[in-house]
Amino acid sequence: MTTTAQAPASGLRHALGGVGRAREFGILAALVVVVIAATVKNPNFLFSADGWRDLLLTPSILMLVAVGQAIVIITRNVDLSVGSVMGLTAYLTGRLFIDVPGIPIVLVVIAAVVFGALLGLINGALVAFAKVPAMVITLGTLYAYRGINVLWTGSDRINASDMPKEFLGLGTQQVLTIPVLTIIAVIVLALAAWYMRNTRGGREYYAIGSDPAAAELYGLQVTRRVLSAFVLSGALAGLAGVFYAARYGSISSQAGSGWELDAVGAAVIGGIAITGGVGTVWGAAIGAMLLMTINRALPILGIPDFWQRAVVGVLIIGAIVLDRVLAVRQKRRLIEARDES
Amino acid sequence: MTATASTATARVIRDYDRPLWRRILITREMAIIALLVLVVLVASVTLKGFAQPVTVNYLFLDIAPILLIALPMTLIMVTGEIDLSVGSMVGLASVVTGVLTQSGAPFEIAALAALAVGVIGGAVNGFLVTVVGLPSLAVTIGTLALFRGLAVGLLGTTAVTDFPEVWKDLAKAKIAGTTIPYIVIPFLVLLAIFIILLHFTPFGRGVYAIGLSKDAARFSGVHVERTKFILFVLAGAVAAFAGIFYTLRFGSARGDNATGLELQVIAAVVLGGVSVFGGRGQLHGVVAAVLLIGVLSSALRLAGVTSDVINIITGGLLVFSVVAASLLAWAHRLRSKAGPPRPRVAASSAP
Repeated sequence: MTTTAQAPASGLRHALGGVGRAREFGILAALVVVVIAATVKNPNFLFSADGWRDLLLTPSILMLVAVGQAIVIITRNVDLSVGSVMGLTAYLTGRLFIDVPGIPIVLVVIAAVVFGALLGLINGALVAFAKVPAMVITLGTLYAYRGINVLWTGSDRINASDMPKEFLGLGTQQVLTIPVLTIIAVIVLALAAWYMRNTRGGREYYAIGSDPAAAELYGLQVTRRVLSAFVLSGALAGLAGVFYAARYGSISSQAGSGWELDAVGAAVIGGIAITGGVGTVWGAAIGAMLLMTINRALPILGIPDFWQRAVVGVLIIGAIVLDRVLAVRQKRRLIEARDES
Repeated sequence: MTATASTATARVIRDYDRPLWRRILITREMAIIALLVLVVLVASVTLKGFAQPVTVNYLFLDIAPILLIALPMTLIMVTGEIDLSVGSMVGLASVVTGVLTQSGAPFEIAALAALAVGVIGGAVNGFLVTVVGLPSLAVTIGTLALFRGLAVGLLGTTAVTDFPEVWKDLAKAKIAGTTIPYIVIPFLVLLAIFIILLHFTPFGRGVYAIGLSKDAARFSGVHVERTKFILFVLAGAVAAFAGIFYTLRFGSARGDNATGLELQVIAAVVLGGVSVFGGRGQLHGVVAAVLLIGVLSSALRLAGVTSDVINIITGGLLVFSVVAASLLAWAHRLRSKAGPPRPRVAASSAP
């Protein structure tokens, strides 16, 4: 919410090279340490069919949501409605299978993604055209979408038996021991990462987040870009809703509630600056992975999983403090370098 | 964010060009108050059970935590910061009260300890935001998880329900001769304190100044860091107090008490006319907004509307209330299209 020295730091960071990547490296290292520690304590954590599958499969859903969230935050906005969007599309997925017998799975996936994108478009339109802070708008749609979901669902609950076996198979099937859903998630992630890093459009998200006014003066289509970031976030949340349905098989009106803060948390842990313009979707994805893996690792490490959220909180705070320390140190180094020359 | 901050400044300056009556009557705050009065009137006439003393009782008991926490939250958001950790602090204070009472401490001591935890928690937020210099949104998402984690970790899925009857009764008791619960008294005291603090002291002027421009405030001698730190501590303390009330009201201390309360508080504060970018907002608008949401949901519930529809209405109201101004401006622009196009990044480069 504040315009700190973060924005210029992103440029500086880029100039120095490597340090920005070191940020994601730190989170990756933390993830590896958690996995190794849990595996040493109980080899089944990694070296059993279920353990391996869970390690990859569980974070895939949050990963998708976090990638969308990361793109939105990079443009210096935030999308608090993702949990509600995900819940709605998860229910839509189940509903389609019940109401349209024999509907092809691909069609359901497309419908869910398009529906998610539409919900994102509503967010984006409100934010971009009304020039109202995204936090307020998406806080409103968080309630509204969840309300619609509860209204639509009622006390109804979709169970695994309501959905075709082949679809649920997506949640369990594996290729070379890697779950299908994880493969899809990683492909989406790679595409998003490539787009954000190498295309003009991707770089414009960063430019807008670093300094919205400058981006506008420079002639970037800020409105259209912000709109598209929200559409992407909605579409990814929609895809996550499909994953949710396939993975858990049971969807109530509360599916995905509270996920918005997990998604923002994952992005923040992964080095996305809340002030915009800084970070990569890879970081957000690793952050999501770390969040979900800790959840499973704690009980194995002998810590009751009640403490999980506390650990997550310490992690989030640790990550942003580290980010700050790195930024400050770098700024000092650059000023020294300038003074010497 | 700079662009919006400067439009806010422009609006403040323009305000002085308008006649006094317009400045007082045509404001966001008055619109919310008018809406509140309207809802109360319509509900009283159309709903049989609404205009009952018992409604007042339940209404205040239900919204007391939101009313209380909205006070410091208003000040924090006027400075342009935010505190997402208040709901978790309600839970943590509830658990601290419960765990200490369970282990044999007198309830009064347990409650004081919970208040102390609130102050410490607020100080942690304040320290990270002001000393370390981190964005409050990120910090308080972290402490939201941390405080909730401590609360759930301390009690697990169990609940403490053994509190002295005297205190439990007091939390629900009505002021003699009325149906207004006692919780209104500490609320009114806090409201008075916060109104004086925000509207009648240099501290309060500093709060607005920080929200409009942190740097300008600093150059004019406002203690930016100290002000923010104090506000976060106040928010922690008030949230802890709300947590103690919550515990007594439901007679149960649980780790998941008041989950998601932070979003309700922020929704009310924003509806009440506080800008998330800071620099704008007043306490009477916020109090009216909390009451509006409360009255609206109790009226709708009486009318047989389910809580999900109430959620849609609350969310829609929030979105509409913030979009309305832009819609008006847009309509205005359409009408005066002949005029020169407004620069969209108006004057944002001014320091």
